[in-house]
Amino acid sequence: MLHPEMVGAEDTQAIYRDGHRLDHAEGASKPLRSRPEPQPRGAKVHGNRPIDQAEAAARFIASPEHEKMHDERLWDLRQKRDREMHHIPEWEELRSLASAIKEHTLTHLDEYLDQFEARARANGIHVHWARDAAEHNRIVHGILKDHGAKSLIKSKSMLTEECGFRPYMASAGIEVIETDLGERIQQLDKEDPSHVVVPAVHKLRTDVAKVFADTIGTDPDNSDVHYLAEAQREATRPLILAADAGMTGGNFVVAETGTFVVCTNEGNADLSGNVPKLHIASIGIEKIIPRLEHLAVFVRLLSRSALGSPMTQYTSHFRSPRKGGEMHVVLVDNGRSERLGLEEFWTSLKCIRCGACMNTCPVYRRSGGLSYGATYSGPIGLIIDPTFNARKYSNLPFASSLNGSCTNVCPVKINIHEQIYAWRRELVKRHDVPLVKKAAMKAAGELLSRPAAYRVAIASADVALAHLPRFVIYNGLDAWGKHREVPHPPKQTFHNWYKANRGGEQ
Amino acid sequence: MTSRDDILESIRANLPRVDRPVPHVPMFDEDPPASLLSAFKDSLERMGGIFLAPPASGDVLAPVRVKIAGAKVVCSTVPELSGSRDIATVGATQELADVDFAIVRASFAVAETGSVLLSETDLNINALAYLAQHLIVLLDPADIVVNLHHAYRRPEFRERHYASFHTGPSATADIEGVLIHGAQGVRSLSVLPIPRNHQPQPTSPQEKKHD
Amino acid sequence: MRIGLFVPCYIDAFFPQVGIATLELLERFGHEVVYPRDQTCCGQPMANSGFNTDCAATEALFVRNFSGFDYVVGPSGSCVHHVRDNFDAIEQTADVKEVRSRTYELVEFLHDVLKVDAFPWARFPHRIGLHNSCGTLRRLKHATPSELHEPFFSKPMDLLSKVDGIEFVKPARPDECCGFGGTFSVFEEVVSTKMGYDKVSDHARAGAEYIVSADSSCLMHQQGCAERIGVPLKFIHIAEILNGANA
Repeated sequence: MLHPEMVGAEDTQAIYRDGHRLDHAEGASKPLRSRPEPQPRGAKVHGNRPIDQAEAAARFIASPEHEKMHDERLWDLRQKRDREMHHIPEWEELRSLASAIKEHTLTHLDEYLDQFEARARANGIHVHWARDAAEHNRIVHGILKDHGAKSLIKSKSMLTEECGFRPYMASAGIEVIETDLGERIQQLDKEDPSHVVVPAVHKLRTDVAKVFADTIGTDPDNSDVHYLAEAQREATRPLILAADAGMTGGNFVVAETGTFVVCTNEGNADLSGNVPKLHIASIGIEKIIPRLEHLAVFVRLLSRSALGSPMTQYTSHFRSPRKGGEMHVVLVDNGRSERLGLEEFWTSLKCIRCGACMNTCPVYRRSGGLSYGATYSGPIGLIIDPTFNARKYSNLPFASSLNGSCTNVCPVKINIHEQIYAWRRELVKRHDVPLVKKAAMKAAGELLSRPAAYRVAIASADVALAHLPRFVIYNGLDAWGKHREVPHPPKQTFHNWYKANRGGEQ
Repeated sequence: MTSRDDILESIRANLPRVDRPVPHVPMFDEDPPASLLSAFKDSLERMGGIFLAPPASGDVLAPVRVKIAGAKVVCSTVPELSGSRDIATVGATQELADVDFAIVRASFAVAETGSVLLSETDLNINALAYLAQHLIVLLDPADIVVNLHHAYRRPEFRERHYASFHTGPSATADIEGVLIHGAQGVRSLSVLPIPRNHQPQPTSPQEKKHD
Repeated sequence: MRIGLFVPCYIDAFFPQVGIATLELLERFGHEVVYPRDQTCCGQPMANSGFNTDCAATEALFVRNFSGFDYVVGPSGSCVHHVRDNFDAIEQTADVKEVRSRTYELVEFLHDVLKVDAFPWARFPHRIGLHNSCGTLRRLKHATPSELHEPFFSKPMDLLSKVDGIEFVKPARPDECCGFGGTFSVFEEVVSTKMGYDKVSDHARAGAEYIVSADSSCLMHQQGCAERIGVPLKFIHIAEILNGANA
């Protein structure tokens, strides 16, 4: 079944249990190998100034233990995804179906939202609408205030990251406790998630040991992963039991039944939704799908694409509040309806946040998610972030080799690399690119359209070496030759060889 | 204008003017496994769940009894076994925090993924399945569907308030990809196949389960 | 048939042997091959950077040079991909569309159009790592990318299998991007070179003597990376092997 080119050596470091390879999809345990190396931090953010992703990526690469673990860990997820794919004969058909269902829904988004709202209300769910991040935060704060709630346990939600929810709640005097292990690590370290599915994937166990030692009092010299995870469980449990309210995101919303679906591996969304009496779910308006039968397609694709497991450990369907409980859904736009009107980019709204494009992206794996300095990193980030702030994220669409692997792994068939390319054009059109680059490209365009001048510029290979990269690549040999050798100049160009050997005029 | 109207108006103004009909979703069940139970078992074990094989003769519940033998607090919602904590007397969900073993019955299961579906009807108090340290699930082998397409045709998703697929125990690999069971929820999930109307001591050999 | 030979700027300046091999190889099959002297570039470097309008004059020149041929053939996947899929800075006249649709990358031209079944003059007794550039693999569809659940095929492997003596090695990540990516190679030079180091190391670990590709730009980048970190690999364009180069 396996693609012949993909058959690799057996992973000798995989751990075994009861004589069987422990084949759980989330990753094989590897022995401790990290030497103390300070954790490289993410992009430097200066207000609205363009994020320098390349600078932050260079610092990540300059931390070899982090870069190597990060690259291998995510490549491992990509390989597990491939293996799952080869187990499903209808894989490509499922991708096409998922894409078609999402495109259908997005082109009828108003109708399905309307239907969902009516059903959810009939089921006893309070439905709220938020135009933007600020309104979302105000609405949630209002609900909490009404209940006198002072603490909130929540599961991971990229939407709340978008909304700057935690800082807002902190200023409102409400304690927010993240219950996803990775997200909790990031919260305690005051860092954003670096990946949509595995938020702390850029950290070594030694980094986590340091964070936990500083915040929950673990032994600073013990970086055993089981010890760290157990300590976090013990530290978080009382907070879960004492919380006044719970919050989750929503992976899918089913219009016909008024149901929202939350997928986690830790069961933490179910704790957040089922332990306190009050449950608030923040959900982006693009998460909707028409019917239950469509849900099967997405649930089959989501975790296989994300982690290479057949399904998340928990896939939970919330249709109405439980006895004695209260349930709120906040439907959030925050730029989505506007994105729907972008002819070249509206299909980015199909995204189900599986992270497969990040796992496969060779640039992301070597840069770390925090290098993007944005809520969404990796390939999907390159095409979504500029819709939030074209100037601040104007460099991001250039942080790609346009290799196209992201498009091929995308379970909903977003043409990610084509949209990255289209964003480059769009940013040039909007003048959100450096002037020096602009001038260089104009000069290159002029030279390359004038054969006589061009011939002079590359008259001999030696001359070409000095000129060619400089005008096809705006900042020239300095960047080329810093970490790699320049090409060896041949005796003569092809053009001159042809003249000498084939002579004649055309 | 309300935010609702604003958002819907903005959506209508921006709707892509393209025709995208809703596709038909096949059931993808042309090639079902020979035994749904053994396919379920394989999937469950892949996801870190424990399959309790019932003994060929004698007490079918023996594997469960062995598991809970040393436990202090056992909370059962099934008639087959009684625990030390009566779920009917539990008031606040937080009272379930000290449960060592929860024993429940699944509404149904999915062979493709090794999932069991637990709803408020099966759990009585939803948090039971997450606050307990370990979860034991009884499953009628007749309640296994082949894949998720069949699963989502089941009535539970239209009738129950809450329904959750459990596919193995709580798991995380958030630190360097090292697999941990019991990140926040249960540390283990065991499934025992046992028909719904199982009689503890069958009196005569012709007594059989009727569907 | 009458073929226009498209020799992209990098090949013209740094890899003339690739242009020569392409020319000779096409002539071996009895075709008239013409090299239009006024050609420069396809416009890709500007377009790739988002400066589409700046390549209009270059694209117009390309069309002037290559109108009227039965086929236009070039030994560079990424340049052909640009011409065929993104060459839209100029008005899409019938002439422009004609040139774009007749432009082929060498491997696909040999495999799909000429349907070559033997290279009797070719012998290459070496262990090679095949590098499918992203342009050829995922845009021109030279082979099945590992991400897709599709039956396996590989046009470059098909062609190279007809050359005596070749032994293929299997790198661990056969179709991971090498990090060239056009202007990406300098815009993100640290990430680009790290990808290159990893690529050449992967091939070396798999036991390759040569990395073979249908894209000189990827080879130029990988060679630069290999030389910098001292990975003892040699680099050769597929046209040279098919034309009978034996080292």
